[in-house]
Amino acid sequence: MIDPSAHLIPTRRQVLLGGMGAASAALLAACSVTGNSSKGSGGSGKGTLQALFMQQAGYSTDDVNAMLGRFHSANPDITVKPTFVTYEALHNKIVTAAAAGAYDVVLIDVIWPAEFATTSIVADVSSRYPGDWKTAMLGGALATAEYQDKFYGVGWGMDTKFFYRNSQQLKQAGVADGPLETWDDVLAAARALKSKGVVKFPLAWSWSQAEALMCDYTQLLGAFGGTFLYDSGKLAINTGGGVAALQWMRQTIVDGLTNPASTTFLEADVQKTMNEGQAAMGLNWTYYLATSKDTTQSKVAGQIEVQQTPAGPSGKRPGVNGAMALSISSGSKNQDAAWKLIEHLTSEQELDKYASSALPIWKDSYTKPDVVASAPATFDAAKAQLDDMILRPGVKNYNAISQAIQVELQNALLGKKPAQQALDDAVKTATPLMQG
Amino acid sequence: MTPSLRYRVFIHASALLVSVVILAPFAWMVLASVSTPGDLIARPYHWWPQDATLSRYSAIVHGSGTDVASAFRQSIVNSTIVAGATVVISTVVGVLGGYAFAMLRFRFRRVTLLVFLVTYMLPPIALLIPLYLMLSALGLINTKLGLIVVYCAYVTPFVLWILANYFLTLPAELEEAARVDGCSRLGALWRVMLPIARPGLFATIMFAFLLAWDEFLYALIFTSTGAAKTIPVAIADFSGRYDTDFGLVASGGLIASVPPVLLAIAFQRYVVGGLAGGAVKG
Amino acid sequence: MADLAQDLVTTHGVSPPGSAPPPTQRKWTRRPGWTATLMLLPAAVVVFGVVVYPMLRTLLISFFEVNSAVATSTPFVGLRNYADILADRAFWSSVGRTLYFTVVSTGLELTFGMAIALLLNAPLRLRWLFRAIVVLPWALPTVVNGAMWRGVLNAQYGSLNALLTQLHVLPDYHSWLGTPFSALNMLVIADVWKTTPLVAFFLLSGLQSIAPDIYESARVDGAGPVRSFWSLTLPLLLPSVSIVLILRTIDAFKVFDLVYVLTGGGPANGTQTIAFFTYAQAFSNQRFGFGSALADVIVACILVLSAIYLRALRRGEMSVL
Repeated sequence: MIDPSAHLIPTRRQVLLGGMGAASAALLAACSVTGNSSKGSGGSGKGTLQALFMQQAGYSTDDVNAMLGRFHSANPDITVKPTFVTYEALHNKIVTAAAAGAYDVVLIDVIWPAEFATTSIVADVSSRYPGDWKTAMLGGALATAEYQDKFYGVGWGMDTKFFYRNSQQLKQAGVADGPLETWDDVLAAARALKSKGVVKFPLAWSWSQAEALMCDYTQLLGAFGGTFLYDSGKLAINTGGGVAALQWMRQTIVDGLTNPASTTFLEADVQKTMNEGQAAMGLNWTYYLATSKDTTQSKVAGQIEVQQTPAGPSGKRPGVNGAMALSISSGSKNQDAAWKLIEHLTSEQELDKYASSALPIWKDSYTKPDVVASAPATFDAAKAQLDDMILRPGVKNYNAISQAIQVELQNALLGKKPAQQALDDAVKTATPLMQG
Repeated sequence: MTPSLRYRVFIHASALLVSVVILAPFAWMVLASVSTPGDLIARPYHWWPQDATLSRYSAIVHGSGTDVASAFRQSIVNSTIVAGATVVISTVVGVLGGYAFAMLRFRFRRVTLLVFLVTYMLPPIALLIPLYLMLSALGLINTKLGLIVVYCAYVTPFVLWILANYFLTLPAELEEAARVDGCSRLGALWRVMLPIARPGLFATIMFAFLLAWDEFLYALIFTSTGAAKTIPVAIADFSGRYDTDFGLVASGGLIASVPPVLLAIAFQRYVVGGLAGGAVKG
Repeated sequence: MADLAQDLVTTHGVSPPGSAPPPTQRKWTRRPGWTATLMLLPAAVVVFGVVVYPMLRTLLISFFEVNSAVATSTPFVGLRNYADILADRAFWSSVGRTLYFTVVSTGLELTFGMAIALLLNAPLRLRWLFRAIVVLPWALPTVVNGAMWRGVLNAQYGSLNALLTQLHVLPDYHSWLGTPFSALNMLVIADVWKTTPLVAFFLLSGLQSIAPDIYESARVDGAGPVRSFWSLTLPLLLPSVSIVLILRTIDAFKVFDLVYVLTGGGPANGTQTIAFFTYAQAFSNQRFGFGSALADVIVACILVLSAIYLRALRRGEMSVL
């Protein structure tokens, strides 16, 4: 039977739908477009800190945990909870965590301060820098976390790409002992290695579509006398040294001197290829030398030598700045404690212990005999190379610009476009992004 | 009529070929998981490891500390908890909801069911940003509970859709007769409807489990530490910037595959029915 | 099946399930009770809160310019994000790649799936074993599948290269993931390997619903096995085939996990499908407004495809909607 007054009482369905509608309106109205952008604060200087690190690069997970252990002993009322992610995941992790203020201390790459500073993801710590740091720290380390004359972190783990060569294979090919000072020398050695059948593809590079490619390209760009940016801030890679470097890179593939699979390689693959004896020469970060001596993963233990990166026709031989920095999240509610942690992790006595994993940021460390003795060959090469570093552009949209350039670099390396055209296209795509 | 010999040879040879193509990569993974890193990068490649080593498996099972292998063990625990909870919650909610759908009649019923189906089809990327903000506002980032909530929301509509379809095929008289016999509405559901809907139920259990076990994007973005990281994220983590031991990836991958494979073999008959619209033939 | 149901059938003369009259003829005399509403509430809350609301919010964000995860100023830009999408060449390239991926992988899956379905339907010895083997790739988690193929296809020490060179099929190791087009094809192969079993089982269920008498009469009429396949089996399987087609198309629009693990979008963006493109724009470039607009475009496409899917279902095996 139909209840005549039924239409006055809302049906269950209407209640359900009405409730949902009201709730949605309220929620949408209440929330801003991006949600809570929590302001950070100094905090009490104690408590729990969440810290984001990178795994298995520079300082290993064990290294970092040891450092954290010592920090806790010295500061018992601060507990640190570390997280380790791969480099590839690091950037996006920082971005997504920023909205929630999930981490207090984050490890950032040298190419990110511009982006993170302008998007307010990391805090300005210039006022926390003790005065003597500016003279005691290596210039390259200071520049790592700097943007527009402010510091957004502290350099941690200086790194640059050194040139590694397999001295035994080179000897077999009849190449004279000792460092190869110029890229021409490298080519000559490669040709000897190839023609004598010692190694099929003597050179291996990390030219996969990733930041690794930009690192290699930047280092070669410097060697060929090019610059990334004009003084005006416009991209200059499609002129002079920039083009010459790319043409040289492509030519080594065409000539069969570079392993063609390099366009899929990251540094780990260069490491493995050289450790397998399948490549005789290559660029890689500081960590590589130690892995080459590890007999469980290397067939060439003891054969690999490290040296400063070779010079190009310009005579220059700058190393790409591949350092990282420790920063404070701008949303952190415990910034004072976070700064204490950073001070500890970047202190001279901590970094000196792990000099063979990553290079210290303090000028003093390079004069201490016991520190140098932990990795003498590396320090030798580092002394010269760290004085002369080339930076990738410090602009907010570096990520997008880098991707645009990477694509075109790959197009040239894969032979799909001539180098000049590839770089022209890269500049065309990237220029509108430069404004930020 | 017995098939000809030539036909039988043909189908068995084809089946063998297909089996080889399917099993070959698996077999290689098994071998790789017990090969040393040196073996794995050797050229020419050593198919059979020279010194087989179970070290990776023991590292995963016994390792302590914060190294990659023990992080993987933690992620297995997390995945199991998340998947288990997702299956239980979404099945219960889906059964109740599906039953209600079959019993209720309201104007938007058809549309709502369609909406439920479509939510399952949505790409995770579409909901990622708001979901992240919501979860962080509720403090559920990097928690298993947060993942469970998200996965249930994703799976429940689909479960509901499948089960609603099943229940709707059942004659109303069956349920009425059960009620006449003294069952409550829920009792009728439990003792009459559910057993008939069993194929759909198994299909939904399987989908819910596989989704929670397999899901990557949300787990990647919403979790960061061992407290909540699930297996797919842990496996993606294996390839660090400077180090990829494929043997570790292989052993982790094989371990991660055991539960879904067992489930799939057990429930393979019911899988298809779910997608085909809630009705299974045979 | 519960004894209770059987009892009901015998004592009350209720017709067994499956033979129920179509829903439209059923008489509902009860008003929906509170019990039913209560049972529905959890599902409604869950779906609404965690799906519908975020969906609406994504839509909202897409009308603003949001260029930081902690943006403090988000100007309203209306449809500009959408206009930017349509003008973006990278977007169209990714659409093209996604289409290529969809068409090729679905085509291959249908072909191989049909073959395997026929095999599964054939009188094999140890058929249960074959079925169990066929199920394996589908049960493998997607991330594991991607990692596995990355190892198999590795240019320096992958097993495929090892196999082919040791069998003297290839003179030397080849870089399968090294060029954009080749990498895209490898993506297809990894997807086909994993998904063909599902397609096969799908088509199998369709095959098994075909009455064998049809083949009998065809044979009497003189049709050989090939002829009866083309003229009988295929047309009868058309509903199943069309459902697979649509479902796989929807899945291809979403493909992300495989790309992330296998190639990371490269080389030279060669495997950057539309879902991956969205992710890269939103997170790697912190363009959240643009990324949200992209996500909505994908959703719109999927909604269209879902509508087609539902129509095909209705015309297909069964529907109660």
